[in-house]
Amino acid sequence: MLSGFVVADELAKILASYRGNRSELLSILREVQDTFNYLPEEAMRQVAKFIGIPESQLYSVASFYSHFRLTPLGRKRISVCRGTACHIRGAPQVIEEAGRLLGVKESETTPDLEYTLETVACIGCCALAPCLRVNEEVHGEVTLKKVRELLPDLNNGA
Amino acid sequence: MADGQCTVTVCQGTGCISNGADRLYAALQAEVVRLNLGDSIHVKQTGCQGFCQRGPLVITRPDGTFHCRVTPEDVPDFVQSLLPGGKPAERLYYRDMVTARATAHWADIPFYYQQERRVLRNCGHIDPENIEEYIAAGGYRALHRALFEMAPEEVIAEVKRSGLRGLGGAGFPAGRKWESCRKAPGEPKFVICNADEGDPGAFQDRSLLEGDPHSVLEGMTIAAYAVGAHKGFVYVRAEYPLAVRRLGVAVTQMREKGYLGKGILGSGFDFDIEIFQGAGAFVCGESTALVLSIEGKRGMPKALPRPRTSEVGLWGKPTLLNNVKTFGNVPLIIAHGADWFARLGNAQSKGTAIFSLTGKIVNSGLIEVPMGTRLREVIYDIGGGIPDGRAFKAVQTGGPSGGCLPASMLNMPVDFDSLKAAGSMMGSGGMVIMDEDTCMVDVARYFLDFSRRESCGQCTPCRVGTQQMFAILDDITQRKGKPGDIEVLLELGEAMAQTSICALGQTAPNPVLTTIRHFRSEYEAHIYEKRCPAGACRAYL
Repeated sequence: MLSGFVVADELAKILASYRGNRSELLSILREVQDTFNYLPEEAMRQVAKFIGIPESQLYSVASFYSHFRLTPLGRKRISVCRGTACHIRGAPQVIEEAGRLLGVKESETTPDLEYTLETVACIGCCALAPCLRVNEEVHGEVTLKKVRELLPDLNNGA
Repeated sequence: MADGQCTVTVCQGTGCISNGADRLYAALQAEVVRLNLGDSIHVKQTGCQGFCQRGPLVITRPDGTFHCRVTPEDVPDFVQSLLPGGKPAERLYYRDMVTARATAHWADIPFYYQQERRVLRNCGHIDPENIEEYIAAGGYRALHRALFEMAPEEVIAEVKRSGLRGLGGAGFPAGRKWESCRKAPGEPKFVICNADEGDPGAFQDRSLLEGDPHSVLEGMTIAAYAVGAHKGFVYVRAEYPLAVRRLGVAVTQMREKGYLGKGILGSGFDFDIEIFQGAGAFVCGESTALVLSIEGKRGMPKALPRPRTSEVGLWGKPTLLNNVKTFGNVPLIIAHGADWFARLGNAQSKGTAIFSLTGKIVNSGLIEVPMGTRLREVIYDIGGGIPDGRAFKAVQTGGPSGGCLPASMLNMPVDFDSLKAAGSMMGSGGMVIMDEDTCMVDVARYFLDFSRRESCGQCTPCRVGTQQMFAILDDITQRKGKPGDIEVLLELGEAMAQTSICALGQTAPNPVLTTIRHFRSEYEAHIYEKRCPAGACRAYL
């Protein structure tokens, strides 16, 4: 977890470019998350004060949108697309294999904070289904073999 | 390739980039510099060229030679082929999957020549990050015409006369929406472009924004002039970083050129556009939810009865909200006139339809066809049919709100009303093809899994209904189906359609209802005979 000081410092820099309007809320949360890779509790307290709304309302917004996370993310973020084209071309097997290799379930992070496995609604690369993303890089026409090339078998050593 | 000037257009759409087109683009530029050919060969990035499945794509112009699956390793040979006397890079030509015949020119390839690329006319041709190229292709002439030759009412009349309908899915007449927003009391007014393309299996809005952002922004600006708005938002999915970036570049260039800001082109009309990133909520495609999301709140549809967004929208003010493709059509209508626009299409649906053609299909990618084109033509002529000798089973349109149509309906024209009458819908433009290996119960389960995750939870029919339907469908695919399940699904679906407060809940049963209607025997085989005819559900293997 991040210390309060680090958060306060970085947060002040982010908030400096905002006026505190409610309509800036999603942009602020996005920037906070881009900086810390999740929404730290301390930052949430400060953002609520900055906008002038109760923390409960801020959490209600943050928890509504799937983009926002209240817990830290692994350094490598594996996002498997579960769009329609991906689904009928084998995404369920890709998700299963990735989970087996990393030893985690969907939306979980490995204990060393190295990998997070998640599924996303649609990456929009449907013509190359099934696809997955490692951080920002999209891999198309993913086979189980390709999954094994992309991800280490953490289960094996355990 | 003859000597002289040659432009090498390299597709930099999300699909091609994931196939390595960004490395290819860099390698091509480096090779041209290395050989000091900068005077005769111009390497240029474009948006989506459409045939994503064969990417990375490279088209040389002016000759129009099409190259597919081009890798950085192909670059030296490819550049040599462009030199005077160079041997054509035939190895990279498109080859027919069946006849293996090579085709050199892009316009001779079946995937392309049967399309009518109107809204996508610039996609794959111009550099989306260079406003000069959009202007050279005729861009911003429509805005000029609207501002200096037409009164706002005349712009609205022209859009009304064209018959343009909202391409976000519902198909509401665009001109009527514009008129209602113009007449609604309240200032200031707003214009919003809905680019929250959340349907799984659809990428046409993303491709248009990435490939030709100016056409959408020009359409928005014309709309703002027509309804009397001075501020606009593009509400775009955060999952589309490239589209967000290119929109940002385009808006900056518009401001520099005087197409946005105070007194646009010296006309006295003020308008500016802000890019607003969504945060991953499918329900925000609903207009009242989208508006609340921009206001910084949970994006939940307002309760019924709710006023129209065109009358009471963002911060309670009249707000015009249209889809990306709807705005993309506007410059064409204003530049060429309503009659020209309405020349394509059928009685009730005018112009073109844009689809993301994907799934079990030979040619997948981004396509544009006249409204009223038959499903069979889209799937077999453009799409090239079903790969690996498998049989066609169903076509799914409209994403989680749409339905699955069987082979017996392949002669149906693709338009708003025909699809709706068949229990599906146009939706935003996803078209997923399924073959005999696809289990229709599993497909229905898949869509209900999506809808239950995306239900905002505020109204009971949707919150509970999607969960219950999913649970029953899951049981059926897990070998736990019971007699009576089909009847309960039908009853639940009917209740949700009638009592949910927004389109998400009202249409969520469609994938289930259409698969029961057209493929009931598959459900019955799972429940009564304990087998999955498609061989897809693992519990039955």
